[in-house]
Amino acid sequence: MISQHLPALQVVIPLLTAPVCLLFNNARLAWALSLVANGAALVVAALLLQQVLTAGVITYEMGGWAAPWGIEYRIDAVNAFVLLIVSAVGVVVLPFAPRSLAKEIPEHRLNLFYTTYLLCLAGLLGIAATGDAFNLFVFLEISSLSSYVLISLGRDRRALTAAFQYLIMGTIGATFILIGVGLLYMMTGTLNMADLAQRLPVVAETRTVAAALAFLTVGISLKLALFPLHLWLPNAYAFAPSVVTAFIAATATKVAVYMLLRFLFTVFGATLSFEAILLPSILLPLSLVAVFSASIVAIFQDNIKRILAYSSVAQIGYMILGLSFASVTGLTACILHLFNHALMKGGLFLALGCVVYRLGSAEISKLAGLGRRMPWTFAAIVVGGLSLIGVPLTVGFISKWYLVLAALDSGQWWVAILILIGSLLAVVYMWRVVEVAFFQPAPRQGPRRQEAPLSLLVPTWVLIGANIFFGINTDLTVGFAQRAALWLLGGVS
Amino acid sequence: MAWLGLYNYWIVIFLMMAGFYVVIVRGNVVKKIVGLNLFQTAVFILYISMSKVQGGTAPIVEPEFVVYSNPLPHVLILTAIVVAVATTALALALTVRIKESYGTVEEDEIHRLDKSF
Repeated sequence: MISQHLPALQVVIPLLTAPVCLLFNNARLAWALSLVANGAALVVAALLLQQVLTAGVITYEMGGWAAPWGIEYRIDAVNAFVLLIVSAVGVVVLPFAPRSLAKEIPEHRLNLFYTTYLLCLAGLLGIAATGDAFNLFVFLEISSLSSYVLISLGRDRRALTAAFQYLIMGTIGATFILIGVGLLYMMTGTLNMADLAQRLPVVAETRTVAAALAFLTVGISLKLALFPLHLWLPNAYAFAPSVVTAFIAATATKVAVYMLLRFLFTVFGATLSFEAILLPSILLPLSLVAVFSASIVAIFQDNIKRILAYSSVAQIGYMILGLSFASVTGLTACILHLFNHALMKGGLFLALGCVVYRLGSAEISKLAGLGRRMPWTFAAIVVGGLSLIGVPLTVGFISKWYLVLAALDSGQWWVAILILIGSLLAVVYMWRVVEVAFFQPAPRQGPRRQEAPLSLLVPTWVLIGANIFFGINTDLTVGFAQRAALWLLGGVS
Repeated sequence: MAWLGLYNYWIVIFLMMAGFYVVIVRGNVVKKIVGLNLFQTAVFILYISMSKVQGGTAPIVEPEFVVYSNPLPHVLILTAIVVAVATTALALALTVRIKESYGTVEEDEIHRLDKSF
């Protein structure tokens, strides 16, 4: 009975728990409630993935209204995977929150934090679950508005301006998506994605549909911070509270990549003629520029959070690079890196959360000699860094491997070489952190630093451990990613 | 003069670009919000004007009314207006906080105080 309502429950559970957290003016209770809601979302996502793998696509009619008219939730191999990633990251990050937030947010605002967190989670899950283009816009705004609030909670006053800048750019992005959806509706008279996919080929050669594709691509690229639309990201990541950075870095941009995959391959279909221009001649060069420019800028940052933020822009470049090949291997690499990057950046930003917990800042100059004082934290940063670079036995290697394969498959061997050079740049910026932390002597003055508490280290090492686990045990993730890629290229039929 | 027949879209494009221009060019945080509102409102007009059918009425189920304008975009835009109001409210709340901690809402002055914008 309940199993047939799983797609709705996926979104409804966190959405309805959010106001309950608001009503109880108690931080511990709000935390416990959000952990339960998030855990329930994870269970639902796992059940959905299992159902999709055995029975194929699940469709759910909201309120019993039939598909092209009512809002339909449509779970297939692609978004079941994304739902699992988002809710799993949430479950790992939440136990980290109380200890870390106690130093970053005033006590009386903590229940508001959990309320906003749950709204953000509900929005992200909604984007992934829905099969309706306008509903996607609404969930996008739910998650965006709550993430602006979450970012503005940072202690530094620059968090406010970062949140404002993100708000302006995010709203422009979302409005572009709204224009794109409007133009599609104008031409087809439908908002349902599966229905759109069937009706679009008839009007595919019109300029309106081309404009819709352009608006959607630019709007979504703003949300996923593709170069040169990434300007909001570094400040937003650098000044948000540690938990928020870890959660948003691991989920929000991934869901935006999913949106791009969904619109380009399911709604427009990989066969449309103008996509033949869009993918190789715009997205491919932009993603390569993203990898290089962001990695080089990362080398010159003084704040580790900013280093990792710029590194995120570069890693998003790798994802879009995989997408732009529009081949099964390319999409596999994109979806695989989407998962793997969530593990790397989630783990790394949590480790930085441990550093900020002890130091109060993430300036690279203050790290001198800390590698010996906080061995577990910095071991996590080293392992996460190796994964970011793409060293064998970590997940980073697996995604780079498939990316290089995809480049070679498409006959563009120079792209494969550029991918490898890009990885070397990651060595440079991660080495700066390691060098200061392990090879510089600790300052003689000042307080002696201790290892971070266990309640922070355990979530960090769960994600870092997952980097190694899925780096060795590749069958599971590669299998999912390949199925999802085949599904996307096969269209909706 | 076929292009004049689509004058509603020309108005939409003009408003949209005017709003977009204000968002990009103005350094004052409040003026940026005004520009953003203009930009969003233009999109609402795009939706509403495209649903108009010449000679169509509101969708009333009566034998004397045959041609209806499409009501769905209106409903969509009601949702989008709520979203835009929420965005504006949040943006204004952030502006208040920015003013409290910097003492100014001018981007260049904030930038001088600390390199963040």
